[in-house]
Amino acid sequence: MNWAGLYTVLSGVNRHSTAIGRIWLSVIFIFRIMVLVVAAESVWGDEKSAFTCNTQQPGCNSVCYDHFFPISHIRLWALQLILVTTPALLVAMHVAYQQHQEKKLLVLTGHGDAKHMEEVKKHKMRIAGSLWWTYVCSVVFRLLFEAVFMYIFYMLYPGYQMMRLVKCEAYPCPNTVDCFISRPTEKTIFTVFMLVTSSVCIVLNMAELVYLVVRACARRGQHNSNPSSAKGSFYGHKHSSEYKQNEINQLLTEQDGSLKDMLRRNSGLQEKGDRCSAC
Amino acid sequence: MDWGALHTILGGVNKHSTSIGKIWLTVLFIFRIMILVVAAERVWGDEQDDFVCNTLQPGCRNVCYDHFFPISHIRLWALQLIFVSTPALLVAMHVAYRRHEKKRQFRKGDQKCEYKDIEEIRKQRFRIEGSLWWTYTSSIFFRLIFEAVFMYAFYFMYDGFRMPRLMKCNAWPCPNTVDCFVSRPTEKTVFTIFMIAVSSICILLNVAELCYLLTKFFLRRSKKAGNSKQQPNHEDKEETKQNEMNELISDSCQNTVIGFSS
Repeated sequence: MNWAGLYTVLSGVNRHSTAIGRIWLSVIFIFRIMVLVVAAESVWGDEKSAFTCNTQQPGCNSVCYDHFFPISHIRLWALQLILVTTPALLVAMHVAYQQHQEKKLLVLTGHGDAKHMEEVKKHKMRIAGSLWWTYVCSVVFRLLFEAVFMYIFYMLYPGYQMMRLVKCEAYPCPNTVDCFISRPTEKTIFTVFMLVTSSVCIVLNMAELVYLVVRACARRGQHNSNPSSAKGSFYGHKHSSEYKQNEINQLLTEQDGSLKDMLRRNSGLQEKGDRCSAC
Repeated sequence: MDWGALHTILGGVNKHSTSIGKIWLTVLFIFRIMILVVAAERVWGDEQDDFVCNTLQPGCRNVCYDHFFPISHIRLWALQLIFVSTPALLVAMHVAYRRHEKKRQFRKGDQKCEYKDIEEIRKQRFRIEGSLWWTYTSSIFFRLIFEAVFMYAFYFMYDGFRMPRLMKCNAWPCPNTVDCFVSRPTEKTVFTIFMIAVSSICILLNVAELCYLLTKFFLRRSKKAGNSKQQPNHEDKEETKQNEMNELISDSCQNTVIGFSS
């Protein structure tokens, strides 16, 4: 399991994301993970071996390195990227659950053939109902993790700048000893780069949150203003598959309860359908 | 997530590029990314370990290396290649959006009807016109800008493109002016010049593609203006034929639905 494995897992989530969510995922994979793997890891590769202290005292080098770098930037970024990308799996799980429910419903209504099952797998879920809440939670968690890690970075390495020289007086160093860090400028450049991309991701997440909230409010406003016309159109419309899908989604999202309730509603739907064909 | 994954992502974009765009992509992957991974990374692999200064003063070597190489060539090239290849994703996103819109249009009809057509939509190659033309042109423009910026950054940071054998350093804690020797300077110079040359070829290809797109645009416009005066109906155009086919298919789907329900 490596970054490529994570990419495979998250590519599936991409389908059920908003447009902003897809852009966010591309930024994460290309400008953060790829830069980390391809460039940053080689910059920090010799961070311990090239950390030199002006002393011959055995152990002083190791102790000073450990004192100034409790956890390396590379490992912090790796943790950050893993934690930031995993809330998307909540959405993937919810979508899988909804698809499972839809398949069960189709089997019960007598449409359990392979073609309909494939159709359930392939069609894109609308971000509405409980899926909306799951999606919003995942975005909130992403934001939280990004902010927490940026704060941790700031606490551990104040100012985000890598110094050339650090003065160390931890035991067993005899006095205050000068220690020199390897490639400080290059490390500062990459730290700033990763910080900027992290900020871009935070902005994208906020934009996605605002977009979802506005969409939900707009949909609610539309629903409230047209309750009667919806019923009228239900009796008069042609049986489009999109409408049927919306009905199924609504059934599934409104009913978090048992299968019996679904069956009850389903038979009610069939009655309505018969009435409609008689019109 | 490495260069192979980037290749997979950008391979999809290739379908909707012009011929020059396809050549550019090939040059990018074979003469730049592959050379970087297979050869250049080895040459720069021991750049710090074998950077030797004529002093025993601890820390002097680190400081002098950092002073002369604020960011290594390899990392700069990696960043350049990432930035230069990502504008193509704008085109990929636009194409995906268009496909999504077309699929939505077909889905308004019967399910049986749409099954075959969705496959066609997936395989269909979009012509570079309309808003896609603008997206494509912007992506080329961004590529050019990134290439130019990175070449300038290179020139600015390393005072030309040659790697000297000897550098004189007097940054603290070096006691005096100290001689420092760079590892493999000639090999590094060779690869630097090679990468600069290929970068220039890519810039030329991008400029040529831009000119080609502009020429095509103006030709099409003048043809349209000429045709609209002579022939009001555009039956010969592939686009109009496609539109007609789309209308016929969606009409027949609706008729089938009505037929079944009655």
